[in-house]
Amino acid sequence: MTRYEAVIGIECHVELKTKSKMFCGCPNEFGGEPNTKVCPVCLALPGALPVVNELAISHMIRAGLAFDAEIPAFSKFDRKNYFYPDMPKDYQISQFDMPLTQGGVVRYWLEDGTMKECRLTRIHLEEDTGKSTHAGSGDGRIAGSTHSLVDFNRAGVPLMECVSEPDIRSAKEAVGYLEALKRTFVQLGVSDVKMEEGSLRCDANVSIRPVGSSEYGTKAEIKNMNSFRSVERAIESEIARQMAVVEGGGRVVQETRGWDEVNGTTHTMRSKEAAHDYRYFPDPDLVPMEVSRDLVERIRGEMPETPWKRFERYRGEYGFNVLQATQLLDDVPLAAYFDAAVAASGNPQQSLNFVLGDLSRLANESGIAVGDSHATPALLAELISLLDAKTINSKIAKDVLERVWRDGGSPKAIVAAEGLAQTSDTGAIEKFVDDVLAGNPKVVAEYAAGKTSVAGFLVGQVMKASQGKANPAMVQDLLKKKLG
Amino acid sequence: MAATFRSTAVEIARDVNAKAVSARALTDAMLAHVDATDGEVGAYLTRLHDVARSRADAVDARVAKGERLPLAGVPISVKDNMCLTGTRTTCGSKILENWVAPYTNTAVARLLDAGAVPIGKSNLDEFAMGSSCENSALGVTRNPYDPACVPGGSSGGSAAAVAAYEAAIGLGSDTGGSIREPAAFCNLVGFKPTYGRISRYGLIAFASSLDQIGPFARTVEDAALAYDIMAGHDVMDSTSIDRAVESTADHLRADLAGLKVGLVREFDTEGLGGEIDALYKKAYDDLRALGAEIVDVTLPTAKYGLATYYLIAPAECSSNLARFDGVRYGLRVDASDVNAMYEATRAAGFGPEVKRRILIGTYALSSGYYDAYYVRAQKARTLIAKDFEKAFASCDLIACPAASSAAFPFDSKSDPYSMYLMDYYTIPMSLAGLPAISIPCGLIGGPNGTPMPMGLQLTSPIFSERLLLGAAHAYEQATKHAASRGPVLGGAK
Repeated sequence: MTRYEAVIGIECHVELKTKSKMFCGCPNEFGGEPNTKVCPVCLALPGALPVVNELAISHMIRAGLAFDAEIPAFSKFDRKNYFYPDMPKDYQISQFDMPLTQGGVVRYWLEDGTMKECRLTRIHLEEDTGKSTHAGSGDGRIAGSTHSLVDFNRAGVPLMECVSEPDIRSAKEAVGYLEALKRTFVQLGVSDVKMEEGSLRCDANVSIRPVGSSEYGTKAEIKNMNSFRSVERAIESEIARQMAVVEGGGRVVQETRGWDEVNGTTHTMRSKEAAHDYRYFPDPDLVPMEVSRDLVERIRGEMPETPWKRFERYRGEYGFNVLQATQLLDDVPLAAYFDAAVAASGNPQQSLNFVLGDLSRLANESGIAVGDSHATPALLAELISLLDAKTINSKIAKDVLERVWRDGGSPKAIVAAEGLAQTSDTGAIEKFVDDVLAGNPKVVAEYAAGKTSVAGFLVGQVMKASQGKANPAMVQDLLKKKLG
Repeated sequence: MAATFRSTAVEIARDVNAKAVSARALTDAMLAHVDATDGEVGAYLTRLHDVARSRADAVDARVAKGERLPLAGVPISVKDNMCLTGTRTTCGSKILENWVAPYTNTAVARLLDAGAVPIGKSNLDEFAMGSSCENSALGVTRNPYDPACVPGGSSGGSAAAVAAYEAAIGLGSDTGGSIREPAAFCNLVGFKPTYGRISRYGLIAFASSLDQIGPFARTVEDAALAYDIMAGHDVMDSTSIDRAVESTADHLRADLAGLKVGLVREFDTEGLGGEIDALYKKAYDDLRALGAEIVDVTLPTAKYGLATYYLIAPAECSSNLARFDGVRYGLRVDASDVNAMYEATRAAGFGPEVKRRILIGTYALSSGYYDAYYVRAQKARTLIAKDFEKAFASCDLIACPAASSAAFPFDSKSDPYSMYLMDYYTIPMSLAGLPAISIPCGLIGGPNGTPMPMGLQLTSPIFSERLLLGAAHAYEQATKHAASRGPVLGGAK
């Protein structure tokens, strides 16, 4: 039996996070009463002209640099001409042959920690359309509707289109790729990437071919996927469908297919025969852009560490597992806190334990973000140094941390003032051990009879007697010795 | 005697500022004149009685407070492809017949702020596509010098208005000659500045890379006054030039000493007939007499101007006019579904010339034809601009006809190509983005035996409006051709 592999490319539309729309001063905000965030420009009233939003341009440069894309020195806007009721000008201002970014690589990882790469073809800038609502059919569908309503609040919102090369081989890889795009755009501040608000929309081009083949099969374009989970399900379903078609002796036809979330299948939307001729040409209302190298270098200098570099650092340098690394880097302020704590303490593992453990718990309980508490990275590092020097044990450390979180203050000073330092004085610990052994003859007898599991109880008793200050390792050693 | 509505803009502004006459009195007189005259002329699609009176009152109030307004009380006509808040703005098309603009074109706003009073919205060829005003779907405009003849186009309404004393300044837009040709036909000064000098915001686009607003006036001085106020960068138009504007009205010249005027070898006027040829030869002699050195220049690619223009302008228009789809505003013809509605609306809303150009432009941009037509036309456009650059290396100004004939009778150019040829001398400058002006240069025997005006076109390098208007003024003052004949319609009685 022939084995098949999937070949997948993804086109993503991502709304940019700007104050105003792409070509006018209307607010770029989700929702609102229909047609309240509009003006002559985004309604395409006669005589209105577009003016470029410069923040959107710098967001594009940021996005491109994050993926090592080329930022060409010249770029321009083109008109993509087609009639559609929710597109006010009946052309979309987009970019045809001179996009703001070209090439680049999206590096991402799978759940098992495998690093993957997907090349980008380009990222270009365009404007979003309005939204149509169909009324009178009862179910919002166009079929059977009596009239349609159009809301232009979204019309003219800056939109970047990220086009990938067909480098993706599975539904899981597709999700990994999308997650990488999402966390990168969020962390750069170029987009909120809220799929539920439609600020990220994606289509997948899926084909299959026999393993080992270098030719591409006929692709189907899958639309209507509303979450990463539905992307995964839709691609899996489409791969299975195409394999069944080929195995059954049929041929996959080039078409656009819609994902049906309820039935879990894709269905034909339209065949490729009715391909549009968009009559692209340079928009004469907008002068070609010269993207200054100074601007590119300034933005490059301000770029934060990309998520995949952070992932490699957390995995490679610190040895964290995929879950820990991902959890940390998906919370940017927490990751920044963590990085500061590591820089101050030199102890990544302890920093991770506190950040994902006690600090995250305290943050949940108090509703205060870790970075906003009294427990600064420097104070955490001081606490870790006390632990590293075995001045305090982990139980005391936890108590001290809670006090620092609540009231601030130096862990060293708290430990000194309250005499919380761990005792490693053999004589003193031996006395606690002897007292506990003398006070628990039955337990000692059980131990002697071979029930060694009771040692834990005795350790606990000694620790309690020492008010938590005894060095637990020494307690264990002494107990073992004395119990024989 | 104080200024009247027939006075020049300079005289009116001077006397209104001096409170020798009120803007309101002038406006009332002007409106009465328009009401009496415009039934015959047909310059205006919409008369703005109320707007004009309230604007005039506002001007008088500002003047009373001591403000000095450069256009105080100056009556203007606004071509009906320019938006003015609260007024019907039709583009001479059924598709916008009842559309009321909710915002104002930048150039209009600047003129109004300077004290101008809008008398009406003037007729035009539908969407500014034409050279006679006959393509308007909403009205007929007659040439005040011979009512049997067209006023020219596309800005024919504003030209007729200024010629018939129904405005002192007319606003036009010039894409391939739409100010210069009607100016020539109506014995006026018509000025198209450098592309990008005046904001297009609120000018309903025909061909975005060519459209440029400019003034009609009865004197160069008035045109310069209006230009100085309209010119300058506008943040609402990315193609408006962010560069200081040199004032022109205070730099008008008395002679052409020290200037070289180029005569274009390819624009020899012998083929235009003996009378026209003699008229232009006289005009060139007059330039020499004013001190200019006449030199021979060549524009070898100018003959491709017409073909180039009729690819680029329709290509842009096919896209610019897509928005008139019946969805948001303007005419809607209901039909079974949205595509049928688009088709029915646009079939009913656009006239034949607009449809012709949309079809040509759609074809020129189509996959498989784009490189052969649109891209080659853009290359030709670059070559034409380079020819001008080379020519201006050996001269300061270029002189040539503004149109190849005087105004012609209605319905005499039924073949579209013969109409397109009217812009043979004006299109190359538009493609090169150059400033150009048409100035009255004498009369020839018209089609109905009456003497009809002709225009001399002067062109200069980009951004040299000061030089161009200065030179035009010297020629105008030396020749005074505008005064050689008054209009039949609207003239002093």
